[in-house]
Amino acid sequence: MQRVNLSEGQNEKATNDTMTFTLQGALLGARRIIPLAISAFTVGFVFGVLARQAKLSVVQSLLMSALVFAGASQFVALTLWIVTPLPVITIILTTFIVNLRHVLMGASLRPWFARLAPSKVYTSVFFMVDESWALAISYFAAGGRDRAFLLGGGLIMFVAWVSSTLVGQTVGATIQNPAQWGLDFAFTAVFTALLVGMWKGKSNFLPWAVAAVVAVAAAHWLPGKWYILLGGIAGSVVGAITGAQ
Amino acid sequence: MHNDTLALITILGMALVTYATRAGGFWLMGLVTPSPRIEAWLRQIPGAVLVAIIAPTVLASSLAETLAALASALVALRTKNVLVAMVVGVGAVWVLRMVLK
Repeated sequence: MQRVNLSEGQNEKATNDTMTFTLQGALLGARRIIPLAISAFTVGFVFGVLARQAKLSVVQSLLMSALVFAGASQFVALTLWIVTPLPVITIILTTFIVNLRHVLMGASLRPWFARLAPSKVYTSVFFMVDESWALAISYFAAGGRDRAFLLGGGLIMFVAWVSSTLVGQTVGATIQNPAQWGLDFAFTAVFTALLVGMWKGKSNFLPWAVAAVVAVAAAHWLPGKWYILLGGIAGSVVGAITGAQ
Repeated sequence: MHNDTLALITILGMALVTYATRAGGFWLMGLVTPSPRIEAWLRQIPGAVLVAIIAPTVLASSLAETLAALASALVALRTKNVLVAMVVGVGAVWVLRMVLK
């Protein structure tokens, strides 16, 4: 791995030499994410409905969805929005903690994105969400070479998220519960399928088992999304120590 | 309704710290001298994070979610198709939640 500030022309490693950043790659990422974007649309719709109940203006909820663009933290912010006076620092700190998992996700992109121009990297990561990251990582792991795949998926998720916030806030007077149709499970089903593809054999067993046990325990005992960060750290560290490939 | 300026500051603050988390991991890894150990760790992150995301739903919510995840996994194993696995998983959880209630 090299420093980011090397220009793309100075590639040495074959793995990075053959990597691209093209419109076709972005379109492929966009197409692959459509089922997940539909699922995200239903969640964004609910966010819009709840934002209206928490007395956010249309402009405020659109700004939040467009600039923060991180579902879980936005829902947490709504639960704090009803406090008077507005607990500014608490909301910002909570948002940071809920979104800390992005640090791990960004770190994992390093092997593929190290030689990409910083402007492209730091634009791509603005639109990185759990879904687009997960699809991109499995695409790269399967030999995919086009780094615009991540951005393409992220942009579709962005459009779905912001537009569904608007629809939810303006026309969603009654909450339609997505769990009623099992749609809340779409995310879990997709991630399960991606994990099946990432299974490389027995060497994965211990890291994944540790990640699962720590995550279940953390979800039970700790608030918010700590379980993702703690499970991810515990599992990956165990994997690095046991030297699994 | 809160003071508009205060609300705007809150939203901008949320946006700033969230972008810091998105950019920070990639940036930090550029400062660390790469070692085989760190590369091994990076390779392990995606799987471990995905497992951590789904584990509470799959293992500790209800039997419907556990069985539906198993169905998704089997379909993914056979078809290698994520979309089909998603449709089967959603359908399975929808039916199982009604049946197992």
